[in-house]
Amino acid sequence: MTINRRTFLGTGAATTAALAAPQVIGQARGRVVVIGGGAGGATAARYIAKDSKGAIDVTLVEPTRTYYTCFFSNLYIGGFKEVADIGHTYGRLASDFGINVVHDWAVGVDRSARTVSLAGGATLSYDRLILSPGIDFVDGSVEGWDITAQNAMPHAYKAGSQSELLRAQVRGMPEGGVYAMIAPPNPFRCPPGPYERICMVAHYLKSANPTAKIIIADPKPKFSKMALFQEGWGDHYDGMIDWIGPEFGGDKVSVDPAAMTVTIDGETTKVDACNVIPAMKAGRIAEIAGVTDGNWAPVSAYDMSSRTDPNVHVLGDASQQGDMPKSGFSANSQAKVCANAVRGALTGSKVFPARYSNTCWSLISAENGVKVGASYEATDEKIKNTGGFISKTGENAELRKATYEESEGWYAGITADMFG
Amino acid sequence: MSADPRILILLVAIAIHAGAAQAQSGDAEAGRAVFGECEGCHEIGAGARHGIGPHLNGVFGRPAASHETFAYSPAFLGLRDRGLVWDETSLEQLLEDPEALAPGSPMGFDGLPDIVDRRNLIAFLRGIGDGSRIAGTGGDRDHGVDPAVLAIQGDAEYGAWLSGECVTCHRADGGDAGIPSIVRWPPDRFVIAMHAYRTGRREHPVMQMIARRLGDEEIAALAAYFENSGE
Ligand SMILES: Cc1cc2nc3c(=O)[nH]c(=O)nc-3n(C[C@H](O)[C@H](O)[C@H](O)COP(=O)(O)OP(=O)(O)OC[C@H]3O[C@@H](n4cnc5c(N)ncnc54)[C@H](O)[C@@H]3O)c2cc1C
Ligand code: HEC
Ligand code: HEC
Repeated sequence: MTINRRTFLGTGAATTAALAAPQVIGQARGRVVVIGGGAGGATAARYIAKDSKGAIDVTLVEPTRTYYTCFFSNLYIGGFKEVADIGHTYGRLASDFGINVVHDWAVGVDRSARTVSLAGGATLSYDRLILSPGIDFVDGSVEGWDITAQNAMPHAYKAGSQSELLRAQVRGMPEGGVYAMIAPPNPFRCPPGPYERICMVAHYLKSANPTAKIIIADPKPKFSKMALFQEGWGDHYDGMIDWIGPEFGGDKVSVDPAAMTVTIDGETTKVDACNVIPAMKAGRIAEIAGVTDGNWAPVSAYDMSSRTDPNVHVLGDASQQGDMPKSGFSANSQAKVCANAVRGALTGSKVFPARYSNTCWSLISAENGVKVGASYEATDEKIKNTGGFISKTGENAELRKATYEESEGWYAGITADMFG
Repeated sequence: MSADPRILILLVAIAIHAGAAQAQSGDAEAGRAVFGECEGCHEIGAGARHGIGPHLNGVFGRPAASHETFAYSPAFLGLRDRGLVWDETSLEQLLEDPEALAPGSPMGFDGLPDIVDRRNLIAFLRGIGDGSRIAGTGGDRDHGVDPAVLAIQGDAEYGAWLSGECVTCHRADGGDAGIPSIVRWPPDRFVIAMHAYRTGRREHPVMQMIARRLGDEEIAALAAYFENSGE
């Protein structure tokens, strides 16, 4: 086993070959390994390190050096942001919070030995493991598409180079060209995400390529904030957007990435930009760890611990927790509950009862924001919705602008909460 | 550490000088109390909005009638067209006799007869800067919060836990772009603001949802935590 000392700062405890002994309070520092440095994982690592003040050894495993937030990546596609605006690095988590940030892939989890193996060959021992790997795609969910087609027909449902590809495709469309989106079935990350994206693509095309057309093939009869989006499409992008629900064959779709065609209910169309958002499942490492049941990893609502193994917690999109939507806000909220429970288990600190909330903003057109949100509580069965709110159709421009400005405030808040 | 007597003397001299300067330019602390005269029509502090009159955050040094989002009277727009800027002199004139400075203005306020009050108030307005560092006064009047509730001593450790829900939106460092800062507020104002959302006196779907889930003890705990957070 070789370990690069510079990327792997001060992890004597984690690299000992001995099997993890049960944590005894007051003895060796408890060891937490977090897999995935996104909305759930970065927040959990930061809160555990910050609040335990060095009493817990936290290692964060994340392959990328810059995390591009999916949130606001649609605004990037619409031209409201640049790619640098949505990129964040892990420097402060290491320097200000003493987290061992390891840029590598986790490739194996041995739950009986309580170890994680990395692609680079290292093995990490843990007392508690936190998995927040986000999503992967279900093979074969869109006929004709697999991950090797992601350059021709990007999903842009993990942000970064995929978002850049999709933006470039939209910008490269010929005059009067066609943009197609294959929308995903439930449950999937960010329920309003595909429809906000349509707004952003339409916003760009409206000025740059006003005769262009947008088609959406959707297997769902209803989607998040549907009335608000449809109002926005009518008000701002009238005649440009054709949404095809399952009633009209939106669920009978295949694509041909080489020919750049989309076939909906037997009718084939040549398209110029194609955004395939396949069905989703928990990030693959959750399945490898053996904590999934079907596509997702069931967890306890009280502390986000796996229903299979109480020493493993699953956060964010990968978890199956009940009523919360798969959002960055939800993952951040769940991470704090998990961090509190893990800290209590390893140091004896006070554990407070779980509480969760979520709000998701979407941008319809310039300075025209809408939002939906709810609060949640923990029950034996699941995380349960205790009531929420949604923006209304017909709101005035001033309120919509204030809502948009809130979303900017939230973005600054959540990214500071994740990365310090 | 060694104390150099010359430095001590210098410090004393600076302190005396500062005291003298303050007496001349007004006492901001006392000015806060005088602002009670204005509160019915003007808000200041984090999240301040226009009410009967425009909010007064950042008023010191700003051209008159320069909020695009407030519908000023022709009298005040006239001041703006004359290039008037709110400084020591012009505020002194306005506060002494609004009608003389801006005849026909609807600012239904007769002026402050006492020059000390005026100086103190101006020092206060100057000191609040853009207002983000002080608690908002909006919704402060007739808040109807039981004094017993305001007197609850909050548990800051519990508040720290509960604050996790807040800092996803309200930046922990007090930044206030898009969403107001809630750090370093006096606890009573914090409690009053949260109760205003809880009772619906203050409209905002997110904050109403959040506040309605919090009991009196929890609000007090949050107030105690945020009072000393953010640095
Ligand atoms: C277009 C779009 C718009 C969105 N808009 C919003 C919004 O406005 N508001 C909102 O709240 N949410 C939004 N979301 C949803 C949000 O991005 C996700 O719900 C959130 O990122 C989930 O957090 P997570 O921690 O579960 O996963 P992620 O944030 O995806 O983090 C997972 C991390 O794990 C890493 N990883 C995966 N496998 C491994 C492994 N084997 N080893 C090590 N590391 C691994 C990945 O590299 C990744 O960095 C949006 C999503 C999309 C696609
Ligand atoms: C989803 C985002 C969000 C969350 C979470 C949130 N707030 Fe707010 N908060 C806002 C917004 C937006 C406003 C401005 C509302 C308005 O205009 O009245 C606000 C306003 C406030 C105000 C009044 C500010 C002022 O200047 O008058 C207080 C106090 C406050 N919030 C406290 C809290 C506390 C305490 C929590 C956590 C328990 C919290 N908020 C959680 C978004 C949020
Ligand atoms: C009864 C309501 C009322 C009271 C009380 C009141 N004001 Fe005003 N004030 C207004 C109105 C209305 C305006 C806008 C006037 C216009 O457009 O003609 C205004 C304007 C101002 C302005 C100019 C702001 C700008 O943007 O140019 C200042 C400064 C000001 N008031 C300070 C004060 C101070 C300080 C007090 C307390 C001593 C006070 N006002 C008391 C109603 C009031």
